[in-house]
Amino acid sequence: MGMPVTVEVVEAADESLFDEVFEYFGYVDGKFSTYKAASEISRINRGELEWEHASDDMKLIFQLAEQTRIESNGYFDIRHQGRIDPSGIVKGWAIYNAAEILRKRGFVNYYVDAGGDIQASGKNPQGRAWRVGIRNPFQMDVIVKVLSITDCGVATSGTYVRGQHIYNPKDGEDALAEILSLTVIGPDVYEADRFATAAFAMGRSGIDFIECLPGFEGYMIDRNKQATFTTGFARVGTA
Amino acid sequence: MSRNRFNSTSSFSQVIRKFFLSAFVVFAFAAYAIHERLTNANSAAAASNSGGGQDASAQPSDPTSAPNPGSLSGSSSGTLSGASSTSPAQAPANAASSSSNSSGYKDGTYTGQTVDVNYGLVQVQTTIQSGKIAAVQFLQYPNDRRTSQQINSIAMPYLQQEAIQAQSANVDIISGATLTSEGFQMSLQSALAGAH
Repeated sequence: MGMPVTVEVVEAADESLFDEVFEYFGYVDGKFSTYKAASEISRINRGELEWEHASDDMKLIFQLAEQTRIESNGYFDIRHQGRIDPSGIVKGWAIYNAAEILRKRGFVNYYVDAGGDIQASGKNPQGRAWRVGIRNPFQMDVIVKVLSITDCGVATSGTYVRGQHIYNPKDGEDALAEILSLTVIGPDVYEADRFATAAFAMGRSGIDFIECLPGFEGYMIDRNKQATFTTGFARVGTA
Repeated sequence: MSRNRFNSTSSFSQVIRKFFLSAFVVFAFAAYAIHERLTNANSAAAASNSGGGQDASAQPSDPTSAPNPGSLSGSSSGTLSGASSTSPAQAPANAASSSSNSSGYKDGTYTGQTVDVNYGLVQVQTTIQSGKIAAVQFLQYPNDRRTSQQINSIAMPYLQQEAIQAQSANVDIISGATLTSEGFQMSLQSALAGAH
């Protein structure tokens, strides 16, 4: 995992607040990172830790993953080739919890961004809705769409960056090469992330899945540089 | 019968037309079979003597028995073979459970024979509750990935599309797939610089 984290709070805030948020991400990484040999998930994958002795957060993630698997008709699955990788749901869950730290402290205008998935609340420093740019998967320093959002979550799934592991659980041969990027806007970043991951595994049909999900919008970019978007997307996506 | 005899030189619209025509026929056939049960319910004894004919009041029939001649299989097999080369559908065979009710429909679940619609196998199950058709569902459905993806596209033809275009607007945050820390910093800087 080891993703970059950005936290912005518009109201005046003590540095200790940011320390607390970054510490929380450190805790999540230490427990759920498949890149860390000593993490709880790595120990589970090596068979060193029994399910009954897993931590509460680990059990919770497994339950949430199973619920998501059912809700996505099996397309979201943290198991792959005998290993468990929950990063497709942990990221959104962690960002959501981090934002809750801020909300419970009484902050209203802020965002938490970890690895390009975002929970945004209130207004930006200019007093407007937060403006989120969708990265061009073909040219990383170019933005191809601007979202104007508040009090919701944004998650983008994609395989155009090395290290992103999403698989089609229904077809091991599917290289998922048709769609480069799927951005999902949802009621919060936990919801957006789990369904962005699930929908990405569906290939081109992923945007249809998002279309049929009440309260979610999506913007899908394919390998032909063509974007397909949900019917309500204009509510959040400006030209 | 072999499945997935999909002819790759068929045009896309021909493929879809064939599938929907076949699927419609199977549904129509299932609905007709239920109708037949209703109209034949009172003359069940008389109708059941023709070598294994299907009817509601008889015991659940052997699925391999010949279909009731003269009506059901005649019309359905004619229509089916016109759409594509398939085996004639048998009349709904297995009543998983049944109970009688006053309206004449027999409550229960009726499973149709499997029909090869050229792009896979289709099997329909019909449920009667309180004398009415409560549900008709596919038990088997062609799951050839290419076909089902095309059908999904047909199901959602109205989603708008656009060519992606660079935007020069100011943004506060950038959403994209996970990058390494270095790559993130570099591209974030240049993206925000480009955005101003």
